[in-house]
Amino acid sequence: MLLAKIVGTVVATRKDPRLVSNKLLVVRAIDPRGKAEGGYLVALDTVDAGVGETVLVVSGSSARMASGMKDVPVDAAIVGIVDAIEIAE
Amino acid sequence: MQLARVIGDVVVTRKDENLLGITLLLVQPLTPDRQPAGRPLVAADSVGAGVGEEVFFVRGKEASFPFHPAEPAVDAGIVGIVDHWDLG
Repeated sequence: MLLAKIVGTVVATRKDPRLVSNKLLVVRAIDPRGKAEGGYLVALDTVDAGVGETVLVVSGSSARMASGMKDVPVDAAIVGIVDAIEIAE
Repeated sequence: MQLARVIGDVVVTRKDENLLGITLLLVQPLTPDRQPAGRPLVAADSVGAGVGEEVFFVRGKEASFPFHPAEPAVDAGIVGIVDHWDLG
């Protein structure tokens, strides 16, 4: 899973019917120390996360295993809000 | 599968309900000469690995297989602790 920071929201009126009532957020991958790196992606939110929070993003077909995502056309889902990252030195 | 070192852990209180009870560890993929290969990622642990250990992990939906019949939403999972490796 990726560590990412939520940097924005996406509003889409016309979309696949199975995406209706799901919140879409723009996230950017971060390294474990919190530094933003790499590209941005749109992820579907399953844990009611908000802009500025550090989250756990699951990618690929595993994203469909998040609760309520069965058969939803999604390849990135936010499945957790990160409280702390502990790195052993 | 890929070789990696466990470098830390991630505390996630609010999460998808099917992730409850699953340990999430921070792993740094390694080259065979133990140099970092790419960025660290978060992997589910099903073998009781600990920080500092060398492990191998699987990517993709297969990462959820150790938790069968549960299907947690994980895309990386530690499936073995490496005792040692040798290059011929």
